[in-house]
Amino acid sequence: MADGHTLTATGTTALAHGDYLDDPKGLMSWLTTVDHKRIGIMYLWSITFFMIVGGLFAMLIRIEHLTPTRTIMDAEMYNRVFTLHGAIMVFLVIIPAIPASLGNFALPLLLGAKDVAFPRINLMSLYLYWTGALMALGTLFMGGVDTGWTFYTPYSTTTGGGVTLMVFAAFVLGFSSIFTGVNFIATVHKLRAPGMGWFEMPLFCWGMYSTALIQILATPVLGITLLLLAMERLFHIGIFDPQLGGDPVLFQHFFWFYSHPAVYIMILPAMAVMSEVIPVFSKKTIFGYKAIAFSSVAIALLGFLVWAHHMFVAGMSIYAGAIFSFLTFFIAIPSAIKVFNWIATMWEGSIELRSPMLYAIAFLLVFTIGGLTGLFLASLSTDVHLHDTYFVVAHFHYVMAGSNLLALLAGLHYWWPKMFGRLYNESLARIGCVLVFLGFNATFIPQFIMGSRGMPRRYYNYLPQFQALHVASTIGAMLLAVGLFLTLANLLASFRRPKGMVDNPWGGKTLEWATSSPPPTENFEGQPVPLHGPYDYRAVPAPIGSEVHTG
Amino acid sequence: MSQATTTVHAEHDHPQFLQHHFNDMGQQFDATKIGMWLFLVTEVLLFGGLFVGYGIMRAKHPEAFMAAHHQLNRTMGSINTIVLLVSSFTMVMGVWAAQTSRKKLLILFLVLTLLCACTFLGIKFFEYQHKFEEGLLPGSFYTHQGDTVPGQFMFFSFYFMMTGLHGIHVLCGMGAITWLLRRAIRGDFNASYYGPVDLVGLYWHLVDMIWIYLFPLMYLIS
Repeated sequence: MADGHTLTATGTTALAHGDYLDDPKGLMSWLTTVDHKRIGIMYLWSITFFMIVGGLFAMLIRIEHLTPTRTIMDAEMYNRVFTLHGAIMVFLVIIPAIPASLGNFALPLLLGAKDVAFPRINLMSLYLYWTGALMALGTLFMGGVDTGWTFYTPYSTTTGGGVTLMVFAAFVLGFSSIFTGVNFIATVHKLRAPGMGWFEMPLFCWGMYSTALIQILATPVLGITLLLLAMERLFHIGIFDPQLGGDPVLFQHFFWFYSHPAVYIMILPAMAVMSEVIPVFSKKTIFGYKAIAFSSVAIALLGFLVWAHHMFVAGMSIYAGAIFSFLTFFIAIPSAIKVFNWIATMWEGSIELRSPMLYAIAFLLVFTIGGLTGLFLASLSTDVHLHDTYFVVAHFHYVMAGSNLLALLAGLHYWWPKMFGRLYNESLARIGCVLVFLGFNATFIPQFIMGSRGMPRRYYNYLPQFQALHVASTIGAMLLAVGLFLTLANLLASFRRPKGMVDNPWGGKTLEWATSSPPPTENFEGQPVPLHGPYDYRAVPAPIGSEVHTG
Repeated sequence: MSQATTTVHAEHDHPQFLQHHFNDMGQQFDATKIGMWLFLVTEVLLFGGLFVGYGIMRAKHPEAFMAAHHQLNRTMGSINTIVLLVSSFTMVMGVWAAQTSRKKLLILFLVLTLLCACTFLGIKFFEYQHKFEEGLLPGSFYTHQGDTVPGQFMFFSFYFMMTGLHGIHVLCGMGAITWLLRRAIRGDFNASYYGPVDLVGLYWHLVDMIWIYLFPLMYLIS
């Protein structure tokens, strides 16, 4: 492992076929493909589409809150809008965002594999995603859903509208997520390149593996919970309805037994992207490889023991509350270990502030704010006051939305040349990054302040004293939207450039950079073998542009 | 596993059922086996939610569950338990027959397993029919007359949810075994390729095992 530049037996010239984007051509060849790269790309566009839809609902919420009373919609409509915003963003955007798009694309390449273990199940996952997405949108024609994305009983078993359809949509999307998880675990176990041991894998793979563990262990419980909820609505089976002798708090336990681990489905992939981007742009070996790898697994497992911290005020035993509070503090440790390791990686590295690295640094700031504000909510006594306020809203947007989004954009800017063989405009990408970062903070810092002053979440009206902060938050959201559209336009504009000009623009050392950009359908010519570790920058670092070739 | 004889450069002697992205049959067998075990984990957790719900509701309403379970037919339940246990045995013999390239025995054991599954569903049909006639149905459809203990509908909510979901799994298993049977008759399976038989076998044992937990919880409350 001491030296070595390239990792494959062959170079990147004259492929037998075209790259995976063109070989074969045609819409049908995309819709029936089993190629993990194409499935990843189709997931990417689908997620982008639903992020815009969910974002539009978010903008409606923010515009409504420009005034303390009615601005553009009535209270019932407001309930449906925030429910759809939450449900679309959680189930259709954040959960699949990184694993199903970047993960599907990059994981087999990073492992030196030809595909994921079960390519057809991978395609099925995408079709289930589309089915679930159509069902979720179908609720719009059934009077919408007004329960919030958490579907709390007994309200969700008594209200009208398309709750049952939405619940089945989430059920179907759960299977889509499970299929991705099964694929990733089997792929990591069995399709690593010869000679690549568990601790020679790039850390992205550890992150995806831990994510997949949660997808497999938590999602079925959500599946059965939603099925029970649907049965309660259709047959009044009695399990969650107190009038029939059931227990509505049981629903909350079931729901959070999935949905708390699910927030780690959202954040672990973000952390996985960080572990790739930061060493590459620091030109330095990752600090604390094993600590990062094991902390991913620790987060995945500890994540199952903290669900009831969502229920401190739901009438739970105070002793149970104390235990869940302690465990919640405990899970902050592996997250902090990761942050410290990334910072230590950057220490004395030769940092290049390219757009992926800018996003990574933005992630570190946003995730740290999100993590530290979580401690207030983990403490029993402060949570009693902050529960169901905008403080909670701001906290979970920092960890779920902001961190996930910034990491997705970091990974997207990092792997964009790999995906499409083209570079975007770097200056515009940096401006986009700054706008997204500022816009995000401007949206949610006012919400922290409002929440700590008692502004309750999910309220249609509010006291006039909160108006200035609400307006500030809305302006921030508009800034965020401008930044995101600029970023999207900048990425799309790269398609006007010629393809195949950049094989390894960042000088990355992991296996995906050892093949051409975009890669051929079969990923590599022959079986690649890693000749050095994934973060081995001890050799003379390749300067930017040195590996650009023409044609 | 042990039959891994092909190598990375297997273009010339490419085994018939080797998928393009695997290097050899051993890798394919191991990967698909991991996949099946992971799927079974999700199945256990899916039913796990129902078992937890059952446990909590039974603890809340012990008298109702006790009274309601007397409506079930223990004899039919016991026969079904034995039928499923026998089907697990025939299934495992089927796997053995595939591993040892005994085509006719494999077909025989698969047919026997299918017959057991049909018997199970047949008995289940008569049980359900009785419940429908008596109005012993879940939730708001419960119309049974003359109950002394209130709230028995809850037991039947769980009875139908759990045995119904299990029944759907039996049906899926029968579909999978029929598919195996077709391939077995075609002669696909032998000592160097029997993965699908093994995997469906694993699934079938899980379906069997879930029933082994369902039976005492539903029929033998004391």
